[in-house]
Amino acid sequence: MLSKRLANYCLLLITSTFLCYLLSSAALDPRAYYEERTPPPPGRVVDQRLAELGLDRRTPVVERFGHWSWRALHGDLGRTLDGTSVSAEFGRRVGVTARLLLVGTVTGTALGVVAGVWAAVRRGRLPDRGLTLLSFTVLSVPPFVLGLLLQTGAIAVNDASGRSVIRYTGERTPGLHGGALIQLRDTAAHLVLPTLSVALGAVALYSRYQRGATLDVLAAEHLRTAQAKGLTPGRALLRHGLRTSLIPLTSVFAFGFVTMFTGAVFTEKIYGWHGMGSWFLDSVQKGDVNAVVAIEVFGAALVLLAGLCADLLHAALDPRVRFA
Amino acid sequence: MTAPGAGTPSREVLLEARGLRVGRPSSRRSPALPLVRGVDLRLRRGEVLGLAGESGAGKTLTALALLGLCPPGLEVAGSVRLLDRELVGLPVRDLARLRGRHIAMVFQDALAAFTPVQRIGDQIGEALRIHQRPRPGRESARRAAAELLDAVGVPEPGRVAGAYPHQLSGGTRQRAMIAMAMANRPDVIVADEPTSALDVTVQAQVLQALVTARRETGAALLLISHDLGVLAGAADRVAVMYGGRIVEYGGTRELFARPRMPYTAGLIGSVPRLDRDTPPTPMPGAPPVAGTPDTGCAFAPRCPLAEPECRTRVPELVGDQERSAGGEGQAGGGEPHLVACRRGEEAVRIGAATLFPPSVPRRAAGVRGVVEPVLRIRGLAKSFPASGGSGRWRRGGREVWALEGVDLEVGRGETLGLVGESGCGKSTTLLEVIALRAPRHGTIEVLGQDTGTLSRAAERRLRGALQIVFQDPMASLDPRMTVGDIVAEPLLVQRAPAERVAARVSEVLRLVGLSPDDAAALPHRYSGGQRQRIAIARALAVEPRLLLLDEPVSALDVSVRAGILDLLRRLKEDPGPSCLFVSHDLAMVRQIADRVAVMYAGRVVETGTVDEVFGRPCHPYTKALLDAVPVPDPAVARSRSSMVLRGDPPSGGDDGRGCRFRPRCPVFESLEPGQRSRCEREFPGAVQAPVDLGRSVVCHFPLT
Repeated sequence: MLSKRLANYCLLLITSTFLCYLLSSAALDPRAYYEERTPPPPGRVVDQRLAELGLDRRTPVVERFGHWSWRALHGDLGRTLDGTSVSAEFGRRVGVTARLLLVGTVTGTALGVVAGVWAAVRRGRLPDRGLTLLSFTVLSVPPFVLGLLLQTGAIAVNDASGRSVIRYTGERTPGLHGGALIQLRDTAAHLVLPTLSVALGAVALYSRYQRGATLDVLAAEHLRTAQAKGLTPGRALLRHGLRTSLIPLTSVFAFGFVTMFTGAVFTEKIYGWHGMGSWFLDSVQKGDVNAVVAIEVFGAALVLLAGLCADLLHAALDPRVRFA
Repeated sequence: MTAPGAGTPSREVLLEARGLRVGRPSSRRSPALPLVRGVDLRLRRGEVLGLAGESGAGKTLTALALLGLCPPGLEVAGSVRLLDRELVGLPVRDLARLRGRHIAMVFQDALAAFTPVQRIGDQIGEALRIHQRPRPGRESARRAAAELLDAVGVPEPGRVAGAYPHQLSGGTRQRAMIAMAMANRPDVIVADEPTSALDVTVQAQVLQALVTARRETGAALLLISHDLGVLAGAADRVAVMYGGRIVEYGGTRELFARPRMPYTAGLIGSVPRLDRDTPPTPMPGAPPVAGTPDTGCAFAPRCPLAEPECRTRVPELVGDQERSAGGEGQAGGGEPHLVACRRGEEAVRIGAATLFPPSVPRRAAGVRGVVEPVLRIRGLAKSFPASGGSGRWRRGGREVWALEGVDLEVGRGETLGLVGESGCGKSTTLLEVIALRAPRHGTIEVLGQDTGTLSRAAERRLRGALQIVFQDPMASLDPRMTVGDIVAEPLLVQRAPAERVAARVSEVLRLVGLSPDDAAALPHRYSGGQRQRIAIARALAVEPRLLLLDEPVSALDVSVRAGILDLLRRLKEDPGPSCLFVSHDLAMVRQIADRVAVMYAGRVVETGTVDEVFGRPCHPYTKALLDAVPVPDPAVARSRSSMVLRGDPPSGGDDGRGCRFRPRCPVFESLEPGQRSRCEREFPGAVQAPVDLGRSVVCHFPLT
C-alpha cells in the first residue's frame, strides 16, 4: 500500500523533474548573463564555460538532461553560473529560510487555530467581528506593504527607546563579537519583524479555515451528546469537537507547513534574508538553469511530501480512514 | 413490560413539564416561530411514557428542552422540574451537573451522536468519569463500560468497547448509546426515536436493551416514536403530539382501544396491520409544517368532523376521568384520558375506518392458477468489489456477493412483495432488473424477453413497459423541471405524439389524486407524500406492464403512508400493472401484495401467497421476522410470544458453505449435532413445502 504509493511518487517526481528541466532550459538564457558583462568575454570562452556547466545549447536537451540527472543521482546538482556548488548553496539557503519562517509559521498556525475556535464560539459577537476584520485586512494588504508598515513601526519603536531594539534587515549584525547570549539576543532582534509578518499572515488565513470547520462541528450531533453526558459546552467542544474540526484542515496545514521551505519571496526580500525565495528570483533573473531546476525539483518533491503528510495526519486524526 | 397498575398516581414524580414552549422569538427579519406550544408532561419512577407524533409535531424539541439542549436561537419558556428543581433558566454549569447523572438521553442516530474519533468504551467511560467521585481512572472506566455493554446485551462487549463507532452495526451502536445513558443510573431516560431506521429484528433487540436499562436503573423512561406499534408494546401511557401540542393523552390500552381525537384514531388506523386483513385508513393531507401559525385546531384542515369553530379556537386538553376509570381498570387505570378535541365523543363512536374510509375496502383475491410471468429471474448473482476504507487506502481484489442466486417470478396482474432486512439484496435485485442488461450470472426475462439479448430498439420499447418508483421522492424528482415535464418525460422518450402527451399527463395526475393544474408547478412546492404521487404518476404515464416499487413509502410520515398505500391498492383495482414491491415493512406488504418472497443474504428463502406465508411461515427466518414486527394494539403486542432474533443482518462477503442463516437460526440451535452438520455443509435447495403448492422454502428443517 505505502510502497505502491511511494513508487507512484517516484514516477511523478521523475516526470516533473524532466518537465522542469525542459522548461527551464527553453525559457532561460544563461549566455546572456555572460555576454552582458563588461567587457564582454569572447564567444569561445562563453561557449566553453557553458559546456562546463552542461548548458551548451548545441547539445540536445535530452542529452543534457541525461548528463544532469546522472550527476544528480550521485548527489551533484551541478554548479551555478558563478561557479559555486548548487548543492552547497542549496543547503545554506534552506537553512536560512527555515530559520526565518519556522517560528512564525508554527506560532501563526497554532494561534490561527485558537483564534478560529474562539471566533466560532463567539460567532457574530465582538471577538468574531474583530478577528474577521483583522483577517481580511491582513489578507487583502499585499505582503510587501505589510512588511513596510511593520518596518515603519519598528523604526518608531527604536526611535522611542533610543536604541536598536528591533532589527529589520539581515539575519545578524555583521562583525558582532560576543558570547552565545549576545549572539542569541542579536538573532532574536533580527527575527522579531519577519516572524511577526509571517505569523500575522498565518493567523489571518488559518483562523478563517478553523472558524468554518469549528462552526460545522458546533452544529454536529456528537457535541450535543457530549453535553447530554454532562460536559459544559466549552469542555464538550474541547474534548469532542477540536479533533474532528481539524480533520478537514489536515491538507491545508500540511501543504502550508511543508511548502514553507520553498521560501517566502517578499519576506526575504523586504528583510534582506538570503533564503530560498530570493535565490529562486535571482537565479531566474540570471538564467541560472542548474539552480532553477534544483529549486523546482525541490518544490515538486515538497508538494508530494506534503500530500503524504496530509494523508498520514488525516489517518492519525480520523480512525474512519484507518480501518475499513 | 410492566405489571398492570404500574402507572398508579402514587408513584414519585421525577420530572414534570408545565406549559413548556419552545420557539424562535420574533425578530426584525422574521416573525415568531412557535414549535412547541405549551406541553404538560409528568414522568413517574419506573414508568414508560410514550410520546407519539409525526415529523414537525415537536417531539424532539420537547425532549431536548427537558435537558436544556435546544439549539441556539430557540427560546424555552414554561417550567421543567426535575426532582423538584426548576431546569428552565438554570445556569449551564448547574444543568451540566444534572445531565447524564439525573437525566440522560438516547439519541436517534447513534452514528452521528457518537464522536467519530473516540472509542466507544472511552465515550461510555467518560459519562462515568464526569460524574462519579472519586473519579474512576481511564482503565477502570473502560472496564465499567464493557460491563454496561454486556448489561444491554451487546455480544463481545470487550471488543465493542475498543471499537470506533463506524466499525459497529447500527443495532450495536444504538445499544451502546443506551449503555451510555444508563451509566450513572439516572432517574429519567429520554429516548428519541431510538429504533427508527433499524431493521425490525434489530429494533426488537434495541427495545429489549431499553427495557433492561429501565429495569436496572429504575428510571422513568420517555419513549419518543412515530411508530405506534413500538409504543403499543412498550409504553404504560401515551401522549400524542400534533402541531406542537399534545392532542391526546391516556393509558396505553385505553388510548389504543378508544381514541377520542380523530387524528389519533386515523393515526392508529393508518398503520398497516400484520395480524389482520383490514386495510389502513388513509388520512387526507399532510401534517403541518413546524411553526405554522395556528388560530384553531391544527388538525382541522384534515379532519372530516371539523366545524367552523374548530378553525377559530384551539381546543383545550381536557379530561374524561370517569370513562377510563370505569374501563378496564388495568394498566392506566385511574389515569385521566385527556383529549383536545371538540368532537371527541363522536370520533370514538364513528371509528377510524368510517372517518377515513379506504377506497378499496378489501384486498382483491390474488391471481390464482397458471399465469404467464411478466418477470422471471433465474440464478441471479451479483458482486461488488470489496473496498476497505475509502479512496487510496483501499484493499484490493476481494469481492462481496450482494446476490448469491435469486429466483423470482412475477405473474401477470399480480403484486409480488419482496421483503427482507437491509443489505439482503432487495434493492440490488431491482436495480439489476431495471438495468435491462445481461447480468453477470443468471438470467432475467422481462415480458418473455431475455435482457441479455436485447437490441437497442427492443430495449427502448421494453423501457416503456417497465417503470420504477424510488424510495425518496425528495431526491428522485428533478427540482428544476415542472411536474408536467417530469410526468411527460417517459412519454416523450417513447416518442408519443404531443397531443397524447398532454392528455395523458392530465389523466395520470388526476389518477394519483393531484389536479391537472399541478402540471405547471415545480416539485419543491409539494410535501413528501404529494411528491411520491408525482413519482407514481411519472411511472404510470406510459402504462407500464411491470412496475417496480423500491420502498415507496418508507421515507414518508405514517399518516401519509396510508394514503399512498391506498392509491397503490386502487391502481390494482382496474387491471393495472404487475408490481414488484420491495419493502422492509412486512405489514405493508401484507396489505398490498398477492404473493411474497422473503430474502436473506442474497437469496430468496421463502415464497408463497401472502396468506400462506404470513399465516404459516415455514422458514425460521420468516417466522422470526414476523414475530419482530410491532403490532399497534397493546393487547396483542403484550400477549404475543415474540422471539428476539440474535445478531445483525449479514453484510455480505461470507464465502463459507452451508445455510447463511445458521448463526442466527433458532431451529439450528435446537438441532442434534448430526442434523446440524447438514445446515453447516450444504446450502439447502428449494423445498416444496408440505403445506401448499406453489410455495417454496429454502431450509433443511422447515417449520410445519
